This record gives sequence, structure tokens and C-alpha cells, in this order.
Amino acid sequence: MSRVTWVRLAVVAGALAALEAACRSGLISPHTLVPPSVMLATAAKLLQSGEITADLLRTLRNVLAAFVTAVAGGFFIGVVLHAAPPLRRVAYPFLASYYAIPVFALYPALIVVFGMGDLPIIVIGFLFAVVAMIINTLDGLDRIPRVLLKTARVMRMGPVATALRIKLPSAAPHLFTGTKLAVAYSFIGVIAAEFILSGAGLGYAISYAYNNFNTARMYALMLLVITLVIAVNLAFYTWEQRLLRRRNLR
Amino acid sequence: MMRIHAELQGVTRVYPATPTHSAVHALGPVDLALGRGEFFSVVGPSGCGKSTLLEVLAGLAQPTAGSITFESATIQGAVPDGVGVVFQDDASFPWLNVRENVAFGLKRARLPAAEVRERVEYALSFMGLDDFALAYPAQLSGGMRQRVCIARTLVTQPRLILLDEPFGALDQQTRLLMGDELLRVWRETGATVLLITHALDEAAMLSDRVGVMSARPGRIIEVVKTGWSRDRDSRLASDAQFGNITSRLWRVLREESLKGLGRTGTPPRKQETI
Repeated sequence: MSRVTWVRLAVVAGALAALEAACRSGLISPHTLVPPSVMLATAAKLLQSGEITADLLRTLRNVLAAFVTAVAGGFFIGVVLHAAPPLRRVAYPFLASYYAIPVFALYPALIVVFGMGDLPIIVIGFLFAVVAMIINTLDGLDRIPRVLLKTARVMRMGPVATALRIKLPSAAPHLFTGTKLAVAYSFIGVIAAEFILSGAGLGYAISYAYNNFNTARMYALMLLVITLVIAVNLAFYTWEQRLLRRRNLR
Repeated sequence: MMRIHAELQGVTRVYPATPTHSAVHALGPVDLALGRGEFFSVVGPSGCGKSTLLEVLAGLAQPTAGSITFESATIQGAVPDGVGVVFQDDASFPWLNVRENVAFGLKRARLPAAEVRERVEYALSFMGLDDFALAYPAQLSGGMRQRVCIARTLVTQPRLILLDEPFGALDQQTRLLMGDELLRVWRETGATVLLITHALDEAAMLSDRVGVMSARPGRIIEVVKTGWSRDRDSRLASDAQFGNITSRLWRVLREESLKGLGRTGTPPRKQETI
């Protein structure tokens, strides 16, 4: 491990130790925050007992659905907008101001349209993630060096071969950034929607524990969510680093 | 008598007007015949349409008027088989290693694996890239990346090689050495070469003939025959004739370059003799 990694680990370990000490000494009330060791023990117990397995799987399934539709839909819309500049000019103000819209404020309308099941939750996750993918797809396609497209013509490649063998790999780093953001936004959208819309899932379980003053359970579930998101993002980050190192972009 | 390999007849290229720009007459009319196996260079002031000339000849751009033939067939809006192009900008594929880059065109042509391997190994060795076969373009210098692009063009065994300022981004020493390698490629493949360059010494050293283009709209206003033997290299730079050719090219080009800058020429202080 590098020195930076050791320092990073030491900072995290130090912060956790300080938090543990503050909670154990009574500096922080147990109603406000439980010690990290208790969070960890409670999380392990919850996982072992299988109490939250159904919630965990439901959240993961919803995140996966939001993520896959956002990546596929965002990529498709990005490709269409790139191919049709007038359409892109029309869409630009909407894309530029999109993240100013509080998507969660739409939840009553989503319930009316999609009912009370998982669908409105997936839609919120999708809406949260899709524009990041659209913007990064457009960025990636915009930045394909023109000389590579000329090279494709010199090699007498057709539009499909050019798209698959030249455009796609050339735009890959940007598509990857869009995918990475779509994962994070899907998690945020789904878990936050479960807080307000759902009767199941990790978001709902955290909200339920909070409403019942079950502080240890609430923090244990939060720890689980954070660990899950960090693990998924770390996997994507490692993959991205390998891809970018090859192109000397990192 | 010269056997014509590629020919441009009355070729012009006019970029049509847009809402923000008026029409631009970029090229021509140009009449030019390249002999089979000839090394022809084109020099001209910046923005005179040298690259447009190459793109039209390659089939990458449509001429507004005139006709282009390659091996007696008319070129119309597509790059014909047997034509290879090396661009000034780095055109190596950053997601492929050197060997994969060089093999790219051959794999697309669905040649037998053994033949692909043989041609790629030869090209890698020929261009001095054996030790970098597994490296990615980002790990190579600009000169090495340009070698990858040349190797990728060579493996397809083009009969007409078009080069658009391929050494433009390289330092002088590397340019001279790359020029030697280009001459070696030309000699060994017997291909016809058209080199676009802004370096007069490069054109004078490498070419059988050098065409000088006027300021925009670019026309070939003079063709200088060098008279070098096929077996030449950068050591020509110390030959007295090399200086004469370069001076002659500059004498014609100076006036055109000044026109390109919107200024008129000044009389030379002393009449040069060729």
C-alpha cells in the first residue's frame, strides 16, 4: 500500500476512534448517536438474522432497474441528440437546468401515474440518473477526434462499424463517467424515494427505525447503505482507473 | 514517358456560404498527374488548400468541379481500395496497443490470421516498433505514434500513400530520420507517394518532384524536378543542389506567402542563380 493510502486509513481510523470515545464518554448522547462499534455489531446482527435481507434485495433490485434504464435510455437519448443538432439546441436549456428541478417534489404525481408499487421509486431513481448519462454521452461523442473519423473513412468502414469500432471505444471514458454517476444517482434516488414512498426497502427501514427511536438500528442501516454504495463505487473506480491508465489519462 | 497513376483535372473545391460565412474558394483549378511509383511533394503558404487537395484526391472530400482518377477509375466520394492516408494529427487508437493498432485494418479485411501476423510483425520491425508492440499510444512519444500510424497504413499495402504533414509536430532531427524511413518505405513498396508539407527542406530532400501552390485559392504554380536518384536519404542536405532546390522553392513560395498574409513582395536584394 502507498503512503497516501496509509495516511487515508489513519485519518478514517482516527475519526472513528474519536467518535467512539465521544459516544462512550457521554459527550454525545446515545439518543443522538451510537458508538461506531455498536453500529457495526448491530449491522452484523441484522445481516446474520436475515431480518433485512428482503429490504436489502428490494432496494438493490430497484437500484439496478433505475441504473440499467438510466444508462441505456441516457445513452440512446445522447446518441439521438448528438445526431440531430437542431433537437440538441432545443433540449439544451432543459438539460442545463435539469438538476435544479426537485425531482422528489413530483412524487405525488408519480404515485397517481404509476401507483404505489416499486415503479414510482424506480422512476425517481431513473429521473435522477438519466441526465448525467445523457450529458456524458454527448461529451464523449463531441470529443471524438475528427482524425479518427477520417481514418475510419480511409479504412472504408460503414456507419455501424464506425460506431462500434471507433466512436464507442473513443467515447468510452466519458460513457464510463456517466455510468459511474448513474450508479450513485440511482442509489440516491431509490433510497430517498423509499423514505417517503415505500413500505419496504432500506430507505423505508431507516425511516421506520428513526420514527421508532431505534437509534442503533437506524445507524446500523445507514452504515450498511454507505458501505454498499462505497463498495459499488470503489469497484467502478478501480475499473475506470485501469481503463484510464492504459490511455495515460490518470 | 511517365505512367500516370493518379490524376486531377480541373479540380476545384468551393466551401458553400453559411449564415455566418461567405463562400470560400479553397482550391483550384488544379491539374496534376502523379506517375506510378513517383514521390511528389506539395508545398504552399498556410491556408492555401494543401490539405483540401489531399482530401479530394483521397476521396475524403468531393470536388466542386473537375475529375480525379486513380488507376484509371474515377474517385467519387469514397476512398478507393489501394489508397492509404497518414494525417498530421495523431490518429492512433488510444484503446488499442501498438500491435492491435497496426493489425486493425487487416483484421477488418478478414485476412487469414497467419498473414495478418506476418504482415504486422514485418511492419513493426520495419518501423522499429518491435519493442513497443504491447505499449499503448499514450506511452509513446509523438514520433513513435506517427510511426504506428505509418505502419498501420503500410500493412494494408497501399499503392498510393497520401501524407498530410505527417511530421509537422516533430522536432527537426526526428523529422529528418522519419524522412529517411519514409524514403525506405517508398523504395521497398514501390508505392506512389504524395506528401503535403510546409517544410521546404523536407520536400526538396524527399521528392522526385515538388509542386508549389499559390495562395488561396490554391493552384499549382510551379513544379520543380529534383533529379535525385531513388537511393537517397537525408545526407542530401549537404549537397549543393539541395540548397539550390530549396532556394528556388522559397523564391516562388515567398511571394505567395506574402500574398497569403495580405502583403506584396519586396524585390530580392540579389538575383539568385539555380
